[in-house]
Amino acid sequence: MSWSAELVEALGRENVITDPARLRTYECDGLTGYRVQPAMVVLPRSAGEVAAAVRVCARHGVPFVARGAGTGLSGGALPVADGIVISLQRLRRIMEVDPVNLRAVVEPGVTNLDISKAAAPYGLYYAPDPSSQQVCTIGGNVAENSGGAHCLKYGFTVNHVLAAEVVLADGTVTRLGGESPQLPGYDLLGAFIGSEGTLGIVTQVTVRLLAKPAAIRTMVADFATVAGAGDAVTGIIAAGIVPAAVEMLDNLAIQAVAASTESVYTPDTAAALVVELDGPPDDVAEQFDEVQEICRRNGSTKIMVAADAEHRALIWRGRKAAFAAVGRISPNYFVQDGVVPRGRLAEVLGRIAAMADDAGIRVANVFHAGDGNLHPLVLYSEGEGQHDRAEHLSTQIAELCVELGGSLSGEHGIGADKACSMPRMFGQDDLATMLRLRSAFDPDGLCNPGKVFPTPRLCGERPGPYRPHPLEEAGVIERL
Amino acid sequence: MVLTPGDTGSFDAHHPPRRDLLDDCVHCGFCLPTCPTYLVDGEEMDSPRGRIYLMDLAQRGEIPLDRTMAGHIDSCLGCLACVTACPSGVQYDLLLEATRPQLERHVPRTRLDRLVRKAIFAVFPYPARMRAAAALGVLYRRLGLRWLTHRLGIMNRMPAQLRAAEDLLPPVPVRSLFRRLDRGAAAVGERRLRVAMLEGCAQRVLFGDVNAATMRVLAAEGCEVVVPQGQQCCGALNLHAGLEDDAAARARKLIDTFEQANADAVVVNVAGCGSSMKEYGLLLRDDPAYAERAARFAASVRDVNELLAELEPRAPRHLIAAKVAYHDACHLANAQRIRRQPRDLLRSVPGVELTDIPEADICCGSAGIYNLVQPGTAEELGRRKAANIESTTPDVIATANAGCLLQVRRFLSADIPLVHPIEILDASIRGVPLEKARR
Repeated sequence: MSWSAELVEALGRENVITDPARLRTYECDGLTGYRVQPAMVVLPRSAGEVAAAVRVCARHGVPFVARGAGTGLSGGALPVADGIVISLQRLRRIMEVDPVNLRAVVEPGVTNLDISKAAAPYGLYYAPDPSSQQVCTIGGNVAENSGGAHCLKYGFTVNHVLAAEVVLADGTVTRLGGESPQLPGYDLLGAFIGSEGTLGIVTQVTVRLLAKPAAIRTMVADFATVAGAGDAVTGIIAAGIVPAAVEMLDNLAIQAVAASTESVYTPDTAAALVVELDGPPDDVAEQFDEVQEICRRNGSTKIMVAADAEHRALIWRGRKAAFAAVGRISPNYFVQDGVVPRGRLAEVLGRIAAMADDAGIRVANVFHAGDGNLHPLVLYSEGEGQHDRAEHLSTQIAELCVELGGSLSGEHGIGADKACSMPRMFGQDDLATMLRLRSAFDPDGLCNPGKVFPTPRLCGERPGPYRPHPLEEAGVIERL
Repeated sequence: MVLTPGDTGSFDAHHPPRRDLLDDCVHCGFCLPTCPTYLVDGEEMDSPRGRIYLMDLAQRGEIPLDRTMAGHIDSCLGCLACVTACPSGVQYDLLLEATRPQLERHVPRTRLDRLVRKAIFAVFPYPARMRAAAALGVLYRRLGLRWLTHRLGIMNRMPAQLRAAEDLLPPVPVRSLFRRLDRGAAAVGERRLRVAMLEGCAQRVLFGDVNAATMRVLAAEGCEVVVPQGQQCCGALNLHAGLEDDAAARARKLIDTFEQANADAVVVNVAGCGSSMKEYGLLLRDDPAYAERAARFAASVRDVNELLAELEPRAPRHLIAAKVAYHDACHLANAQRIRRQPRDLLRSVPGVELTDIPEADICCGSAGIYNLVQPGTAEELGRRKAANIESTTPDVIATANAGCLLQVRRFLSADIPLVHPIEILDASIRGVPLEKARR
């Protein structure tokens, strides 16, 4: 029997998609610059069915790509042309909320925000909060080790997952991690989180829940220059304050947010900082005054303090919808995710602006300033043939971050997008070590191939149907 | 690929989905959790993002207009929760309304589907036929035929569409089916506005009480109410089903009828009708004789909640001690962006305690004729909505749309009164208990 027939038999016709038009809706995730139509999409309803699908793939050597809500921004869920996509959108149960032990057990298709909603009656919440938290799923968060605005104080997904049930590349179901806070032996769960789907598929996650902070205060401080805002961030951290979040938006990003309704940001300011403090009321009140003072000292032109929970929600709605709101000022865009040491924020922003000018392409900035995690949005128009120029600029920006002593990615993952740049950040030995770890889990390379690791197939070539590589055309290399 | 302007791909040239509107979607996925069909089956093609993707591919000529594509556009409830959720400002409403007529023109439906739709459009827009059908339905129940057909298992062998229709009929007394609305009412006290009221088709047959209450409240708040005689269906059902020409013909007739009333505003108490009437300008944009009149008419349309919220309350309210769960009708909350006004009106009644329903932004599955043509999905959504409403343990449920009233009632397990918000206001102004006011 062919592998496709086996999959239909294992999962049932109604849980398998083979029609070409339908398959095309799965050809990209949140990063639309890369598109590949998969051979099949399967929608298992249980961990058992995920394992059954993977076993068929393993037997026939068919590559597979797990997909949550498809909101990823690095092409982590980009399909493989002759492989299948395993959608986890039918595994959406919240199995347990345990307010005594402060944890919840959920299936991978549950959205990040739904975990917090389920925990809310107990005064608890799930801390990592990617901007797409009402859409993105916990399975994808585990794969990408997702962060969010509040990671400055609370850490990333890896700090909030206690255990996971995973399906390995051969179809075995196993558990990583455990309920006790500290486990002996190698931290296999830690290796799995952030592996971008290259080590297996998570089918159940036990997450840590936190008590909601007693007090939360939020402000938006406007600045006449981006550098002034950058200096204020350095000042806040240097004062020994650990805010729950420090976010920066530049003018272009603010314009995009303002184009959507109910924007609370000043439309013509050069930069705005969103600073949020949380914790015991007295501490928060004292530090909140101090932060305002630091902002003023660094040339803040206006400070708006959130009056109530509703106002605070509006500030965050604007910030969190910023990427998508950019759709109002540009037909297409790439989002970068580089990290720089906090002290070099002003410098890197100046250099990005210069590079953008050279390329004749607009770049908007909206990012987690507190931990130096940049999100430059490279704006372009596919219709006007700017794709390649924008993609090049986007790569240049990521590599600039590495050059300044930072990283290619803060939270979106390497995916298909930045795989080519990995050698800029890691030596051959580093990459070889990572590859050995990957091979220990997935010796045949069937789990989400083409991501994270640079491969000749991806570098200098666009994914998709076969096109000759430029070097191939020049007769320098040949395809074996 | 660079497209030449004017290239419409697989669509014909008559108002295909616009390229610039398709380009607004950046594929972020923020629409996914608000989409009822995505909630049910989790398939990309049955999400707003996926449907736009299909429209985009068809507009580029990369996929044909066929049953597959039509199936995913048909499955959309048109609740427009995605439009509310979209940070990029994608006008999915316009994309959907441009795509549906194209599919109607180019993709033949199955025989059963054709038959069901034909029957719906032959009955619902005509109050007399609707009245006859409803009366037959009531008789069918009274005579124990319902019990019999179910006992004999006949109903189980009928198409799901027919079973849905059977279940949707509310328990109304026959005489209420035949009650006529007054031709108008004088304003109480100084006249503030002269308003022309829409009676609706199914509305006047099944919810005559709501119409009567609407008239009383408007009058009590200082509006002179006229009910233009000879008014016919507004065409909302046709418009939402992609039957553009039928909808346009009905729109022209309604404009003719209402223009003669010389009113300051046209007032509507059915969310689905109101949202369509507000779109008449777009619908008749190509008709030189009507384009301007349609735009003017559309601008004068007000939902009754919207109109009353614009007027300072004048009539004194009396106590109605009740916990009220307010259910947002999609065509009010998403299509007309009216959320605050009905809540404010209900809060103006002393004793009313308003509660919010979990998953308030998810459609109940009524969606025009959706629960009759897509009974499976509609049933799942109806059960989900009813369970969410019941979880708030309300004394009364209020919602401002005929379709929602029928759909939610069908799936409630407890006997909780379901009313239009205007009925609560009416009872409060008249100082009678809610139950009595409805008789």
